[in-house]
Amino acid sequence: MLVLGGGSDLALATVRRLVADRCRTVVLAARRPHELKPVAEELRDAGADTVETVAFDAADTASHATVVGDVFDRHGDIDAVIVAFGVLGDQAAFDRDPAAAADAATVNYVGAVSSSLAVADRLRSQGHGVLVVLSSVAGVRVRSDNFVYGSTKAGLDGFAQGLGDALVGSGARVMIVRPGFVHSKMTEGKEPAPFATTPEAVADALAEGLRKGSAVVWVPPVLRLVFGVLRNLPRPLWRKVAAR
Amino acid sequence: MAALRPVRAELTGWGGTAPTGADVARPFTYSELRAGVDDPPARGVLARGLGRSYGDAAQNAGGRVVDTTAVDDVCAFDAERGEITVAAGASIDGLLRHLVPRGFFVPVSPGTRHVTVGGSVAADVHGKNHHGAGTWCAHVPSLTLATPGLGVVSVGPEADPELFWATAGGLGLTGVVVDATLVLHPIETSRVTVDTDRTANLDEAMALMVAGDDAYEYSVAWIDLLATGVATGRSVLTRGRFARRDELGPPAADDPATALDYHPGALVGAPPWVPSGLLNRATIRAFNEAWYRRAPARRRDELQTISRFFYPLDLVRGWNRMYGRAGFVQWQVVVPTGAEDALRRMVEALSAAACPSFLSVLKRFGPANPGPLSFPTKGWTLSLDIPAGVAGLGDLLDRLDEDAVAVGGRVYLAKDSRLRPELVGAMYPRLDEWRAVRDRADPTGVIRSDLARRLDLY
Repeated sequence: MLVLGGGSDLALATVRRLVADRCRTVVLAARRPHELKPVAEELRDAGADTVETVAFDAADTASHATVVGDVFDRHGDIDAVIVAFGVLGDQAAFDRDPAAAADAATVNYVGAVSSSLAVADRLRSQGHGVLVVLSSVAGVRVRSDNFVYGSTKAGLDGFAQGLGDALVGSGARVMIVRPGFVHSKMTEGKEPAPFATTPEAVADALAEGLRKGSAVVWVPPVLRLVFGVLRNLPRPLWRKVAAR
Repeated sequence: MAALRPVRAELTGWGGTAPTGADVARPFTYSELRAGVDDPPARGVLARGLGRSYGDAAQNAGGRVVDTTAVDDVCAFDAERGEITVAAGASIDGLLRHLVPRGFFVPVSPGTRHVTVGGSVAADVHGKNHHGAGTWCAHVPSLTLATPGLGVVSVGPEADPELFWATAGGLGLTGVVVDATLVLHPIETSRVTVDTDRTANLDEAMALMVAGDDAYEYSVAWIDLLATGVATGRSVLTRGRFARRDELGPPAADDPATALDYHPGALVGAPPWVPSGLLNRATIRAFNEAWYRRAPARRRDELQTISRFFYPLDLVRGWNRMYGRAGFVQWQVVVPTGAEDALRRMVEALSAAACPSFLSVLKRFGPANPGPLSFPTKGWTLSLDIPAGVAGLGDLLDRLDEDAVAVGGRVYLAKDSRLRPELVGAMYPRLDEWRAVRDRADPTGVIRSDLARRLDLY
C-alpha cells in the first residue's frame, strides 16, 4: 500500500486498519517523512513486514511521476494507493490572501491530479490495484464558509469519477471516499457539522469498501441520502441550511 | 504470438472476485498456440481455458493471457486403444459429444464439463471416481508443453517425468499445454446406474462411504453445512457406475447407438444481473432443506443420464452469477485418512458459524500421485461455496486452513483466492522440488499468474 499524504490522521487510521487486515508493505509519502518514524515503528510492531517513508510534496507536481514511479519500481506491485493529502484552510484568511487560497487549491486539486495520474499509469500497466481518493461531502455541495476547500474537493471528486470511468476494463479502479466532518488535526477548533465522524470510522468504511469493491464510500453512510437531498436544494434554501 | 493483437480485458475466476486486466491473445491455430510463450511481455504470459478456476489461477494482471479455447482440434483418435490426442483448448463438453456416441467417457471428470483439457492438466482435476481412478493426469501418457526454457517438449510419466508431474497440478506455471493424450474409459451406455442414500449426520455418511465406496466407480456426498445439532453434516450420498446395455430397457438394450445417446444442454441461463444478497443464509438454508427432503432415504439402481449424474450444475448456464456482483469463494480441503476427527471439527465449525454454503461436497480420495502440487491425497475432501461478502468469512477460513495444516491437510490451489501465503509450504511440502523443475522449464520467470504472485509460489 502507498499512502500519499501519509501523515494525516485519516491516513494513519486507515493504515493501522489495513495492516491489521494483513497488509504487509506500507509506503508513507509525506512532506516531512522523518516525522513519521514513530508511526513506522508502530506499524512494524503491528505486523507490517516493510514500512518505508518517502518525501512527497503535493505542491511540487513536477516531481510526482518520479516519486510514484520510484515506489512502484522498488516494491513491485502495489494493491492500493491512497490519496490522502489536503489542506482545509480558513476561508476568511483566503479572502484576505488570494495567493494562499491558490496554494491550497494547488495542493488539494492540482497535486492530486498529477499524482493520481502518475499512479493510474502504473496501476494500468500492472493490471490491478485501487486508487483511493479522499474526497469530501464539502465538494458535493459547496458551502460559502469554506468554498475554496469545497471547490477543490468538488474538482477532485469529478476528476476521480472521470478517472474511475477511464480505468474500467483495465483491471485498475478508483474508489472515492466522501466523509462528512471528521474530528482530526485538520478540523481542530472547528465546530463539528451534523453526522460528524472519526478517522477510525472512515478507516473502517474504507477497508470495507476495498473488500466489497465499492466505487463510492460515504462516511457515515447516511450522508449519501442527506446529500442526495442537499445537492438538489434551491440555492436560497441551501444558503440557509449551510449557514445553519 | 505478437501478430495476434492481444486485447486488453478484465478477467476474473469463476468466483467473480478480484478482477485484473490483461492483454488477452486468442490463438486460432495449433502453431499459434505452440508459439504462446514466444516474445513475452514484461509481465509475462499465462494460458487460460474456460475460466472455471474459482480464484485467480488463470489471471495474469498486466501481462499476456493466452486464451486457448479456439484451439480445440482432435489431433488423433484411436478407438482400438481407447486413446485420444486433443489440443489444449478442447473442452470436456466437446470431447463428450465426440466420444460418448463412440462408446467412451473421459477418464476423470470434474463437476462441470465446461473445462478445457489444458486446464484439467494444470489443476490436475479429480472427479467422483478419484478413490479408484486417481486424477486426470494419471490417464495422460503424454502431453505437449510450450516452455520458455526448453522450447516445445513432449512430456509424460516416461518422458521427463519430473516436468510432467510438475505440470500436473502445476497451475499452468511450467508452460503452455498445447495438447494432451488421454486414455479413455470405455462405456456401453450413456446412463449411470445410481444408488442414493440419505444419511442423518456426518458419521453415518462417512461410515457408508468407507464401507461401500469400493463397490462403486463413482461416489460423492452432498452435505448440508447449515444443519446443526444431531443433524450436523447430514448428507445425500450418490454412488454409481456406468450401466451395461442389458440393464437398459428396450429399445436401447438391443441397439448400441440408442444406448449411447447423448444430448447434453443447458436448460436455463442465470439472469444477467442478480442482486448481491440473493444467496444468503435464509435462502441457502431453505434450498438445503428442500434438497435434503426431496432425496430418497434409500434408492437403488436408478438410471440417470450423464448430465444429471455428473453435471447437475451445468443445467444452469452461468450459475456463478447467482452470487451477484460480490462473487463467491470456494474452499476445498483434503485431510488425510486418520484425521477424521479434524474433518468432523471442520464441519462442526462451519455449521456453528452458520456458514451459508449450499454446494458442499464430501468425497473420499484415493492415493496421491507423484505431482508435487497435485491436490488430492488419500483421505477426505470437503468443498464449499460461500458468498464473498459474508462477515467473518476470512477469519473462519484462516482458522480452518490452520486446522488442515495441523493434521497434514491442504487446500486446493486451483480454487483458492485467499490463502495466507505462509501456509503454502506447509500444505505442499514438496514446493521447493516443484520450484526447481519450474526453474528448469522457465528460468527467466516468463510464466506468471496472479495466484503465483499472491502466494509467492516462485
